[in-house]
Amino acid sequence: MAEPLLEARGLRKAFGAVQACDDVELEVAAGELRAVIGPNGAGKTTLISLLAGELAPDAGAIRFQGQDVTAMPAPARAQAGLARSYQITSLFPRFTALQNAVLAVQAKGGHAFRFWRPAMREAELREPALAALARVGLAERADVPVAALAHGEQRQLEIALALATRPKLVLLDEPTAGMSREETQEMVRLLEGLKGELTIVLIEHDMDAVFALAERITVLVYGRPIATGTPTEIRADRAVRAAYLGEETG
Amino acid sequence: MTRSDLVALIGLAGFALFPALAWAGGVLWAVDLASRMLIYGLAALALNLVLGYGGLVSFGHAAFVGAGAYVVAILSFHSMMGGSILGYGGTESGFVAFALAILVSGLLALAIGTLSLKTSGLYFIMITLAFAQMIYYLFISLPDYGGEDGLSLWARSDFGPLDIGDDVVFFYLCLVLVLLFALLKRRLVASRFGWTLMGLRDNERRMCALGTPSFRYRLAAFTLSGAVAGLAGALLANQTEFVSPAFLSWHLSGELLVIVILGGMGTLYGPLAGAVAFLLLEFALKEVTEHWQLALGPILILVVLYARRGLWGLVEGRKDG
Repeated sequence: MAEPLLEARGLRKAFGAVQACDDVELEVAAGELRAVIGPNGAGKTTLISLLAGELAPDAGAIRFQGQDVTAMPAPARAQAGLARSYQITSLFPRFTALQNAVLAVQAKGGHAFRFWRPAMREAELREPALAALARVGLAERADVPVAALAHGEQRQLEIALALATRPKLVLLDEPTAGMSREETQEMVRLLEGLKGELTIVLIEHDMDAVFALAERITVLVYGRPIATGTPTEIRADRAVRAAYLGEETG
Repeated sequence: MTRSDLVALIGLAGFALFPALAWAGGVLWAVDLASRMLIYGLAALALNLVLGYGGLVSFGHAAFVGAGAYVVAILSFHSMMGGSILGYGGTESGFVAFALAILVSGLLALAIGTLSLKTSGLYFIMITLAFAQMIYYLFISLPDYGGEDGLSLWARSDFGPLDIGDDVVFFYLCLVLVLLFALLKRRLVASRFGWTLMGLRDNERRMCALGTPSFRYRLAAFTLSGAVAGLAGALLANQTEFVSPAFLSWHLSGELLVIVILGGMGTLYGPLAGAVAFLLLEFALKEVTEHWQLALGPILILVVLYARRGLWGLVEGRKDG
């Protein structure tokens, strides 16, 4: 088997007495859509932050494209093609949707020591930014300030920012958080469209979405991966049923 | 051209006509006050780049203003009294002195910024204040350059055919420099660099996740801001024909913060409006009472409470950015 695109070995992170990540092993192949599920407090967001470089692990190693990135700061990982989105929407609220996307495009476009040309009129920034907005279905809303966007639209923009950096792999932290049923269905369709084109690590609470999208699923419980497999395997896994799916009924 | 540009243009045109009006009205002395407004305005425009667009509360910008002023004064001192500094003699040349003032303040800002920008929030405020106070006490302890008493200039800097010893000529020099920097800043904040700076102000975490390292851009802004504050200092030394450690004290840093907040943080021309309003208030209130700051306080509180984007916010109306 070819070398995985993203690989975590023995990853550990504790916050005080809480072991948020406990010896996590993860291998994500290029082109795969991997879901990571687990009950609240299982350490899913911590895992994303470790992989994205926002947190430093206590122990373990992370490799991306065959390169050890454990000590690489977050901006450099983003430049290398590892993007993330946030569970709690993290945008630039004073700017319009397009301005948000332009910021994301220019972040990837090398250094920003350009002092003279108006950035918002540069075609090489605008066009990819508009394309990213169109991709998530926000083309019509480009000039609307973020504060005036509906919650679901802000969640779509959240994804657009990650896409605008032209990543090889995106870490999506609960893209459907706080969404209505219709909005969730639309997001699932959007992710369906990204599948195959991009490698995706998806954290998600909506089980319908997970089982509809994921090729393989990793189950985290108390910071520890207890199973990895196809949706069918995970459904049948006894440890998973006991630790996780069982609790979800009702 | 936006409404904001138009109002600024009208304001600057009004300023350009001011010496003629003052002459006609028999109050030519007021030209000196107007020059001072422009100089404070230039320093406030510089501070606004880091404060308004960068979201960095620098409480030490007097260090850069004061350094620029002392460069002019020390060069003038050696030119008249002989002696040398770091092996170089003094000069009266404004071209040399102003260029050096910009360079020295810029380098000082680079050094202070390199250390201060490792911190953020309250710590950044305190560390910039601490560095400025260090420079303040350094100059107090230099008896050669007047110590606490400061240093008088023999004459204003020599700009060849341009005689800035004349208050009106000096006023136009200030006006041109303010205009140039205001235009430069207008381009700058709309460029990739400007957007990066504003992005870091509004959401540093997301900017990092998108691949933007914050330190280098903030340091560049801080350095540029310090260099321009140094230019304002060089002008200030010429306006008063005197420098003292007061130019380096936290009072001046505080006044510049007040001017930017009064005029409108993160607005293009607000700091200029703030400087005009601040010095007018100082001038008018001083006529009434020596404790003019007692009246300034409530006015500032009202502005902060009811005009969040300062005086310029009223001009711009509701706006982004």
